[in-house]
Amino acid sequence: MLRNVIASAVLLTLFAIVGSGLVATVHDGTRERIARNEEEVLLRGLHDVLPEREYDNDILRDALTIDAPDLGGTIIVYPAFRGHDPVALIYTVTAPDGYAGPIRLLVGVTADGRVSGVRVVAHRETPGLGDDIDASRSDWIERFRGLSLDSPPTPLWNVRRDGGVFDQFTGATITPRAVVKAIRTTLLYSRDHCEGLYERALQRMTEDDHG
Amino acid sequence: MADNGLRKVLADGLWHNNTGLVQLLGLCPLLAITTNTINGLGLGLATLLTLLASNACVSLIRNLVRPEVRIPVYVLIIASVVTAIELSMNAWFHDLYLILGIFIPLIVTNCAIIGRAEAFASKNSLPRALVDALAIGLGFTAVLVTLGALRELIGSGTLFAQAHLMFGEAARGLAIVVWEDYRGFLLAILPPGAFIGLGLLIAGKNVIDTRMKQAATVRAKAAQAASTA
Repeated sequence: MLRNVIASAVLLTLFAIVGSGLVATVHDGTRERIARNEEEVLLRGLHDVLPEREYDNDILRDALTIDAPDLGGTIIVYPAFRGHDPVALIYTVTAPDGYAGPIRLLVGVTADGRVSGVRVVAHRETPGLGDDIDASRSDWIERFRGLSLDSPPTPLWNVRRDGGVFDQFTGATITPRAVVKAIRTTLLYSRDHCEGLYERALQRMTEDDHG
Repeated sequence: MADNGLRKVLADGLWHNNTGLVQLLGLCPLLAITTNTINGLGLGLATLLTLLASNACVSLIRNLVRPEVRIPVYVLIIASVVTAIELSMNAWFHDLYLILGIFIPLIVTNCAIIGRAEAFASKNSLPRALVDALAIGLGFTAVLVTLGALRELIGSGTLFAQAHLMFGEAARGLAIVVWEDYRGFLLAILPPGAFIGLGLLIAGKNVIDTRMKQAATVRAKAAQAASTA
């Protein structure tokens, strides 16, 4: 009886070791490639929002973490510079009020307060109704490129249903409303905080250069 | 004789005992992922790989494993294999992985796989276990691809959209727009479309089976009549 128990335990242990050995080996062999893939996907998203030729710093390395409850809590901001001149800030914003949960966005705001581009990175909106916010489904999201708080004026930064200038979709108002609101909030936040953020990023960059 | 045995294993897995259409196992990924053809193919191939690896391992160790711990051992094997496949997909088919992401780990819980390990691989030689894995895996993949194609065609009017996620940029041309300016039929893409589509496939299989049985009886009767005459 005892012998049986021990034999089973030894057997299970052996299989656990072989199994974790296999997983560890594969993990080790793929880790770098996976990290590179993830970086590439992130960079691709960032370049949709702000073309690569516009800036020349290492945008991933210079990323800042900020506390901005309006934009979804603790978020990451990617500052883009050309030389030491600020070009744009790319915010990773979460719109909390999507139809089926939060919508995650990349919002680029240029140094002069214009939207350089917006992309939806993650959402669970209804396919065929709300998912036209996704750049792969429609070009609705391109509508925001170049706009600022002055054009259109802030009160008009709404979907048409709420008296604004942005189209909602047939059968879906909540989704575009959430996106428009998130972009407006980002512009407002950037107006008040961008100088401090550029300064922080510059400081970090010069520290790195000397260090 | 041995050949006949293998042929029966193949026919069972692909048709008579098809995981998707007869056993109705692994419905969660089957219904959730088949919004287009390529997603179906991706999950199908991942499941096929898992089956091949797990059936092979289980068959090789069938005389070694004590019956009282066999289930935990099978689970360990399947979980390790699936994790390895998940990591590899993440590394080499990253874009497809981003879509199939949460369904790959779910392969572990696909009862079809542990079912094959327990019901077949643990009692059969390596070649037979591999043929069984191939048949079951291909049968499952065929259902995933058919249902995916059906839903994609009706839902968005295309076929093989996003093929480049799996086969690289060169395959972008594979995508077929079947109907230009198609407005889309949302129901097919949404979850109810999956249930309706699967129901139609099962009904279709039953119709074919009945026809074949009728044809066989007619043939048998004819043969009988010929022999008595």
